Amino acid sequence: MGLYFVAKRFGVFLVIVWLAATLNFFLPRLSGDDPVANKLMEQASLGGYAQAGIAEMVKVYNQHFGLDKPLLTQYLNYVGNVAHGDLNYSIANYPRTVVDMIAEALPWTVGLLGMTTLVSFALGTFLGALLAWPGAPRWLQWFMPPLWALHAIPFFLLGLVLMWLLAFQFQILPIFGGHSPGAKVGLTVGFVLDVLRHAVLPSLSIVLVSVGGWALAMRGMMVTTMGEDYVTFAEAKGLRSLTIFMRYCMRNAILPQTTALALALGQILSGAVLVEVIFGYPGIGALLFQAIQENDFFVIQGVVFTVIVGLGFATFLLDILYPWLDPRITYRRS
Amino acid sequence: MSETILRVERLRVAYDHPRGVVRAVDDVSFSLRPHERFGLAGESGSGKSTMALAILRMIKRPGRIEGGEVWLGDTALSGLDTDRMRALRLAGIAMVPQGSMNSLNPVVRIRDQIGDALADHGVGLKGRALAERVRDLLAQVGLPPDVARKYPHELSGGMKQRACIAIAICLRPKVIIADEPTSALDVVVQKQVMQTLGRVQQDLGAAIILVGHDMGLMAQFVDRLGIMYAGRLVEVAPIRDIITAPRHPYTRMLIESLPSLEQRGGLRGIPGLAPLLRELPPGCAFHPRCPAATERCRSEKPAVRAMGEDATVACHLA
Repeated sequence: MGLYFVAKRFGVFLVIVWLAATLNFFLPRLSGDDPVANKLMEQASLGGYAQAGIAEMVKVYNQHFGLDKPLLTQYLNYVGNVAHGDLNYSIANYPRTVVDMIAEALPWTVGLLGMTTLVSFALGTFLGALLAWPGAPRWLQWFMPPLWALHAIPFFLLGLVLMWLLAFQFQILPIFGGHSPGAKVGLTVGFVLDVLRHAVLPSLSIVLVSVGGWALAMRGMMVTTMGEDYVTFAEAKGLRSLTIFMRYCMRNAILPQTTALALALGQILSGAVLVEVIFGYPGIGALLFQAIQENDFFVIQGVVFTVIVGLGFATFLLDILYPWLDPRITYRRS
Repeated sequence: MSETILRVERLRVAYDHPRGVVRAVDDVSFSLRPHERFGLAGESGSGKSTMALAILRMIKRPGRIEGGEVWLGDTALSGLDTDRMRALRLAGIAMVPQGSMNSLNPVVRIRDQIGDALADHGVGLKGRALAERVRDLLAQVGLPPDVARKYPHELSGGMKQRACIAIAICLRPKVIIADEPTSALDVVVQKQVMQTLGRVQQDLGAAIILVGHDMGLMAQFVDRLGIMYAGRLVEVAPIRDIITAPRHPYTRMLIESLPSLEQRGGLRGIPGLAPLLRELPPGCAFHPRCPAATERCRSEKPAVRAMGEDATVACHLA
């Protein structure tokens, strides 16, 4: 029944992706820098290559990357390539393709930040709902203020403190990386445990910092919802506290939270830079950071493109799911 | 005295306020016979709705039930624990909420809102059995079966109110408390909803308390009427008697304020405003607005006196 609606939303998603790709193409070229020449000059100044052949090499590489063609041709090529999922080669790590590098980094970021975002959302939302509930256990009142205090601290700062405490002072957790160097990558118990051990520090710093925010927002919504007439009537209906709490209060209070969750999930890719750089996590944020340092045009473009697709897709999913969550929003055209 | 189904005895509800205790329901007693339609009328803030909530023991902080007792048959409600009281709501005493309110959960289908109520009272119906029960209930309040699948926002105000009535009668309660069930509905729909309410009440053999301030509606619907003023029940009498021969000056002025078809002309009101419950005047709370007030009214609080078998009044002059 909602096929038209879904198709329309998907069309909007595609337009966003196309606009993003276009901006992504033109913006870096406005700088007038020649990334290939820069790269070669840099290497030359480090004493690797002879100065004489540089102009020659720039030409060859530019040909190779298609940078010698007119801008419009470049743009059309680029759009065609993007449509085929080809994001060109990395300039700094030449034979490797950008798609390869992103594909390698993406699971780390989605795993770490996706999981921590979902966990903080679930935990924070439930705690926030309980906080507003008169029948909630007393200890919650003592549990929450520290989380609110943590919420005010940037998570990289908390991350550094935790790192110092747990990895440096007590040495119970690894200090750096997504897995132990030299570990054999694969779906073995040993490797999975190793990855989990490495994920504890960054996860902890993100979750501890964000739970308070989710709880705060949910508590506010919950208080409003509990004042609604249908909650009073639910009580007059003699419903169990649990039914009223879950089905009448939380079910309604969670609607705005869901919007926030979709946006938060869309932003995990762009929010990954700081965590990943601090904890040396091999994800997309670290990749972007490195690419900016190396002036690696195509990788930067590729990552930014991925971020935009991620955000667009999260919004698309939210649009599709929202009518199901809140029947007052319908598929039908008004 | 004849058999009673619900008895309210010296019920008092107080709200704790920084500047002292506010008594929203002050020493109210009345009783309800089986099948009886009892009206509770008064101005805004006179304690009608608080009464309704207090009977169901649903007063929230800073309010509290200060004293008194509510009997449902032989059961004293203050003696019930939380869970027994919960089970008694809807099954023993059901509420029909105000018509102007959003009393239905916006994200749950009507069928499931009825299902919730049944399930939490131990009637765990599923699938077809639930669908049949819901269809019967909807038919009883004059709603088509497809309403079961609908969400509240897909229904009109009158339909929503019928759905609320369907929920209220789903466990065949002995007493229905309808708190301004037709506020915010236009007169045509109001009449239909009241007819529905009256019919299901007769089918069930339940007694009903109709809370409201529409004296015309009261005159058409109830058997006996109680008038509340500043938290007190100042007069109770059979509806015919109270309309033709009101005993309390407040009741009299209330009835005189109704426009009539025979006597055209200006509308008559009651001068002054209802007092703040926080700063009640000494003596009879109505004396500053009462044209017949005497010295005694200003100093001595009138006691509730029985006037025959089913009437009471709290006035020195009656």
